[in-house]
Formats: sequence, C-alpha cells, structure tokens
Amino acid sequence: MPTFHRRLERSAIGFVLAIIGVSAIGGFVEIAPLFTIDETVEEARDMRVYTPLELAGRNVYIREGCYACHSQMIRTLRDEVERYGPFSLAAESQYDHPMLWGSKRTGPDLARIGGKYSDAWHVAHLINPRDVVPVSVMPRYGWLQRNALRFEDLGRHLAAQRALGVPYSEAMIANAAADARGQANPDSSEAGGVAERYGKATNIRVFDGDPGRLTEMDALVAYLQVLGRLTDAAHKPVPAAGK
Amino acid sequence: MLSGLTVSERQLSLVVLGLLAVCGLAMIGAGRNDDALGTHGFIVLGVSLGLTFLVISRYFDPEPSQERLSEYYDDPTRAGIILAMVWAVIGMFVGVWVAALLAWPDLTFDAAWASFGRLRPVHTNGVIFGFGGNALIATSLHVLQRTSRARLPDQFSPWFVLIGYNLFCIIAASGYLMGLTQSKEYAEPEWYADIWLVIVWVVYFLIYIRTLQRRKEPHIYVANWYYMAFILVVAVLHIVNNLALPVSLGHAKSYSVFSGVQDAMVQWWYGHNAVAFFLTAGFLGMLYYYLPKRAERPIFSYRLSIISFWGITFMYMWAGSHHLHYTALPQWVQTLGMTFSVVLLVPSWASAGNALATLNGAWHRVRDDATLRFMMVAAVFYGISTFEGSFMAIRAVNSLSHYTDWTVGHVHAGALGWVAMITFGSFYALVPWMWKQGRMYSPKLVEVHFWFALAGTVIYVFAMWNSGIIQGLMWRTYNDSGTLAYSFIDSLVAMHPYYIARTVGGLFFLIGAVVGAYNIAMTIRMARAAKVREEAGTDVPLPRPVATAMQAGE
Ligand code: HEC
Ligand code: HEM
Repeated sequence: MPTFHRRLERSAIGFVLAIIGVSAIGGFVEIAPLFTIDETVEEARDMRVYTPLELAGRNVYIREGCYACHSQMIRTLRDEVERYGPFSLAAESQYDHPMLWGSKRTGPDLARIGGKYSDAWHVAHLINPRDVVPVSVMPRYGWLQRNALRFEDLGRHLAAQRALGVPYSEAMIANAAADARGQANPDSSEAGGVAERYGKATNIRVFDGDPGRLTEMDALVAYLQVLGRLTDAAHKPVPAAGK
Repeated sequence: MLSGLTVSERQLSLVVLGLLAVCGLAMIGAGRNDDALGTHGFIVLGVSLGLTFLVISRYFDPEPSQERLSEYYDDPTRAGIILAMVWAVIGMFVGVWVAALLAWPDLTFDAAWASFGRLRPVHTNGVIFGFGGNALIATSLHVLQRTSRARLPDQFSPWFVLIGYNLFCIIAASGYLMGLTQSKEYAEPEWYADIWLVIVWVVYFLIYIRTLQRRKEPHIYVANWYYMAFILVVAVLHIVNNLALPVSLGHAKSYSVFSGVQDAMVQWWYGHNAVAFFLTAGFLGMLYYYLPKRAERPIFSYRLSIISFWGITFMYMWAGSHHLHYTALPQWVQTLGMTFSVVLLVPSWASAGNALATLNGAWHRVRDDATLRFMMVAAVFYGISTFEGSFMAIRAVNSLSHYTDWTVGHVHAGALGWVAMITFGSFYALVPWMWKQGRMYSPKLVEVHFWFALAGTVIYVFAMWNSGIIQGLMWRTYNDSGTLAYSFIDSLVAMHPYYIARTVGGLFFLIGAVVGAYNIAMTIRMARAAKVREEAGTDVPLPRPVATAMQAGE
C-alpha cells in the first residue's frame, strides 16, 4: 500500500480525483434510493397543502429560528408518543421545503401542537411566554403582533413551491393574497374561497384577535394550529414503512 | 497589502471590483421590495467601492521587486490570522450571549434582531465560518507554500478568496439578524450568498492545484491531503445541500428543492460532513504541519496517516444519518449511518494517536511550552469527542442523547477542545514566524490563555453532559402507575443551574480568546516597532531609552 500511495502522492490531479471518488460513494448510496424507493414516503391521500397564510406563518417560524429550540419530529419511542402523540410519518413533511424536523428540544416538540391550545393562548404566549409559563426561557415575540404581514406576493411563493412539486392549483396561486386575508377574517367576502380551495376543515378565524389587521401573528398562529393536522395518516394504523 | 500586487493585478482588481459593484447595484435594484436583499446590495456596493478607493489610492505605488516576487507570499496569511481573531471574539461573544439567554431569557433588547433564534446562527456561523474558515484559509496558504516549496501562483487570487470569503460571512451574519435564513443548519445563508461562495471556492481550489502543480517536492505532504479534502468535499456538499429555487430574482427568500425525508437526509449528509471536512479534515491539516514543526519531531507513522486519511474521507460520508435515528427516515439508512459511525472511530483514533505518538520524546517541551500544549490538548479532545461521537451514534444511546444538551456538549468538546485549541496553538506558532519575531509578545499570556481555554472547555462540557443526561432521563422516566413522571417544564427547571455554569465556562473561553487576540495584536505592534527601528537605524541610531520602551510593548 505505501508504495502505491507514494505514487498517488506524486499527482495532484490524481489525488483530487481519488478524493472525489472515495467521498462520493456514501452519500450516493444513502440518498439516491430515497427518491426512487416508493415505501420511503407513505401514501396519505387526505394530505392537504399549506394555505398561503399558513405558508407565510411557516416562513415567520423559519425567520425567527423557532426550529433552533423546537423539533417537529416525534420519534418511534414510547415516551415520545405518550408525551407528544403518534410518531411522525415521512408523509407529513412531504411538502415541507425545507423540512423543520429540528435537532434540539430546548422547548417541546411541536409536530402535533395544532389544536392543543387556543389562538388566544398562542398570542399571549408569543408576546410574553413568561406571562403564561413563568419558568419559560422562550424569547418574547411582541413584534409579530405589531408587524403587518406581507401577503401581496404570496402567489409567487406558491408558484415557486409548485415548481418544486407541491400540488398547488392555478386557482390557489391566483388567489393567494385574497385567501391569506380571507382566512384571518371569516366575516369578509374572501373567506369563502379559502374553504373551497383548501377544504372545509381549514381553520378560518381571526387568529390574533384583531380582525382589522393581517399581522405576522395571524400567520404564525395559523401555522401552529395546523401542525400535525394536514393529514390523519399518523392516527391510523399504517403499513410500517421504514419503521 | 496592495504594494504586493503587480500593476496588471491592480488593474484586474479594479475590473473585478467594478463587476462586484454592478452586482451590488443589481441587488439594490432587485431588492426594491425586499429589505434584506436591498440591504445586502448596499453592503456589496459599499465593500466594492471602499476597496476600489483603496486600490486607486495606491495604484501608483512602486511594483513589488523581483526579489519580493520570488519570496513566499504571506500577506494574505497575515490578514487571515487577524480576521480569524476578530471573528473569534465576535462569534464567542455572541455564544456567551445566547448561552446567557437560555438562563435569563430577558437579557436582551425588545428587538427582533436580538432574539435567540436570530443570534444563534450568528454564533454558529461566526465561530465556524468566521473564525474557523479564516484560520483554515490563512494556515492552508502558509502550509501549502512551505510543503511544496513553491510560491502562490499570483498575488490577486488569494486576496480574492480571503476578501470574498469574508464578504460571504458578513452577508451571512447580517442576514440572520434581519431574519434571512434557509433554516438549514450551518447552511443558513440564502441563494445569492451561496452562489458567491461557490465562485470564491473555485478560486481557492485553483490556487491550491496551481501551487501543487508547481511544487518542487516530489510528494504532496499529508497536511495538504487534508486541506484538499476539505476544499473539495465542502464544495460538493455546499452545492448539493443548497440547491434551492428563489421565489423570484427580486426575493432573498428561496425554497429548498428537497422536502421532507429526502431533505432531512441531504441536510444531515451535509451537516455531519461539514463537521467532518470543515471542522475536522481542515484542522487535521493544521495538526499535521504545526504540531510536528513545533515539537521538532517527524510524524510518528506514515502508514497511520494514510489509513486515517482515507478512512475519514470514505467513512464520514455515510455517517450523517445517525442524526436521524428513530425518525421517519427508513431504518436501513439509519443502520448504515450507525455502522459507519462506529467504525469511524478507527481512523479517528489513528489520527489522534499519530499526533500524540509524535510528541513522544518531546513531552518536556509540552510541559514547558503552552503553544505545544494547546496542540496536545487539541489532539486529546479530538480523541475524546470522536469516541463520544461514535458512542452517541449507537441507536440506543442516541434515543437518550438526541434533542438534548448532550449533543451541544459533544459539539463543544470538539469545537472548543479540538477546533479552537488547535487553531490557537497553530497561531501561536505561526504568528512569530509571520511577523518575523523570535517569540510572541508575551509567552506568559499564552500560558494564561491556555488555562482559561482549558478551564472554560471543561466547565462547558461537564455542564452540558450533566444537563443533557438529566434531561434525557427525565423525559423517559415513568412513575409506578405507568405514566410519565416529569412534565417538560420540570425538565426545563432542572436545566437552569447548568445553563448558568455553561455561561460561565463560555465566558472563560471568551476571556482566553480576548487575551490571545491582545497578545497577537501586541506581537504585530512589536514587529512594526522593530521595522521602524530598523529603517530609522540605517540613518540615525535610536537612543536607547526609546528602544527599551518599545520592548515593553509601547
Ligand atoms: C430559546 C428557545 C426557544 C425559542 C427560540 C422558541 N421557543 Fe417556543 N418554547 C421554548 C420553551 C423552553 C418552551 C416551554 C415553556 C413554554 O411553554 O413557554 C416553549 C414552548 C412553546 C410552545 C408551547 C408548546 C407546548 O406544547 O406547550 C409553543 C407553541 C412554542 N413554544 C412556539 C414557539 C414559536 C412559534 C417560536 C418561534 C417564534 C418559538 N417557540 C421559539 C423555547 C423556545
Ligand atoms: C465562548 C465560547 C462558546 C460559547 C459560550 C458557545 C455557546 C453556544 C450556545 C449557547 C449554543 C446553543 C446551544 C443550544 O441551542 O442549546 C451553541 C451552539 C453551537 N456552537 Fe457554540 N459556543 C462557544 C464556542 C463555539 C466554538 C468555538 C464553536 C466552533 C468552532 C462552536 C460551535 C457551535 C455549534 C456547531 C453549535 C450548534 C450545536 C447544535 O446545533 O447542536 N461554539 N454554542
């Protein structure tokens, strides 16, 4: 071996190619099949996409780095299932570009937080977590309530997602801005279209307590309230794909 | 810095800076409706105009002499060392801040930029890319020339790499404060920053390969294998992991092309190998040059070097999936990740052992020389954290450690104990050479830095081991009636003392880094003073009292 290696060390290009070749194998073997083996992602027929408002909320979640403290991946361990609910399926994050599984639980897992608390609880908690949970170390997010949501360009966001394979329809893209307003204002004329396009089960209500304004708080709470509720697949017995 | 450039290189600089300014303007234009993109446009424009001004103001300086052009070109290395120390202080300061926020969450301003989620990536990127990356660029250019006995191919490209890379770091860090992030760990910068880094990286690679092609040594030295693996593999990882579709050319925001489980696998393939090829391979390059140099001993075993190099290059790439045990990732991938992670201990310990065995016969120097001790302790921590890593990759262990502070403790055993220690050790060896001084300004302060760094690391790591294991156990403990014994909040309360201890440990480490930065700054001043004296000395000898004052570090 040393003599062969001695020779390799004499060629810079040879060394470069050897490094690329040797390092490429692992990633290729582990990643490529994930795109081709069907069982990797379970089938979830009832899976719906995020509404424009929820997507905007997801982007706020990313922007504020909530994922640095919260995971969204319940592992297949008894205590986790008992603490947080049914373990997460690959199908549940199939439209998540990027995924937000997280790697650190400074706070609890949020994969199934949707519906656990009222909107008012979330708003109060986000404005000052210590008002609700005195020992919390979560940051305050008061500005979410003050900042108006930028929703005019949500159609472009949906279009970008569709280009990556998320099944948004033409109508969803065309009405994205109106749907965002409508979802947070059930009394407006724009609310009807949201249920029509995203399903009756969609949460359509004033999330931040103020129907007059569409804020980042509306978007984030709408997102939190739908976490774990895009499909029922995890609650049904499923073929143990990859488990 | 500019007097080292030939006239044609000064012209090339102006052209490149002009192009950069155009990019800045384009970003400002495209970012009319996007605050972050527009702000970044102004930063790019400002940097390019500032540098243009600098080049023009020095444009008519005399060209470097033929003699200077035949010497090793070390100006970029000197600048890189300074930049690395600046980033070290910034990055670690933010580290202490975020550590404090986990103990006292309201220790901040009521402003979005100052919240934990935005500061944390400033810390991670500041230390990894700002401190670590600049240290790698600076040392790699030094090692490359010495071990090839060849000068860098030109004067322009190393500056392009160094300045371009720091521009990337500034865009990244300022972006996080504005809330701009892809959320991919250690790959947070948005698409345009990523594209820019690819350009910088290609030039970096070309410097390497062009210098190696002109080497006067028949063989490529071990340190360069590692630096090359670092440059090449990081390029591949970076490009694949950052594939994304911008919302539009006028949006800073983009969406990852991967989603869900595939995205998770790609991200951890990247994430784990960012640790392997950025924070390990590159720094092993440092170890393989500066440790034998400082100890004045040859590398213990050539054979071990070969085994560990190819072992690391091959096996690390399989290990990323150990970050996804018990998740929705198919189990066969988890098992592969675990298996390779465990076997990875062999090449890792081969490296650590090779380094420590090299010190055999030089232990008295380790005792007396804090610089060498930095390197020795780094090798020990490298051994400890790779053992710990292999251990944590075992599924059963990972079920406890994952999501807890144990991971953070593990990361910092490597980051503080290995990465930062080997860097400081290498810098203390390198700085006197680079500024042509017999020694650092104050060897005593090197000693002080060493003890602060070691104490800080030990406090930090023990605090996190404790909190991580307690946290993991509390989450899975059942009481007699078969229900979970502790609420999440119970575990949160239990963490508080450890978060305080960690902040203290981090503060120690930061103080050490500040002491190091001061010592390096004073060494540079010492060199400047000596140069002034030398130049003055050709004409009028300086009166004695002034000379002594200079030595005292005035
Ligand atoms: C510094 C870490 C940290 C960050 C960053 C953080 N959180 Fe938290 N979060 C916590 C902690 C700790 C708790 C548990 C105590 C509490 O309920 O406040 C928590 C609790 C929660 C809960 C209640 C979970 C439950 O099951 O009771 C929600 C919802 C939540 N966070 C949402 C968010 C959102 C949204 C963000 C980003 C805007 C965020 N968190 C950012 C630490 C964090
Ligand atoms: C002054 C010394 C330092 C302090 C006080 C410090 C503190 C911290 C804190 C508080 C976190 C967040 C942990 C959490 O979310 O619970 C963190 C994360 C991190 N730090 Fe540091 N740090 C220091 C030095 C370094 C150095 C030198 C490096 C690398 C060279 C580093 C690399 C990282 C990484 C990679 C993470 C992310 C860990 C993960 O996601 O698991 N840190 N640090």
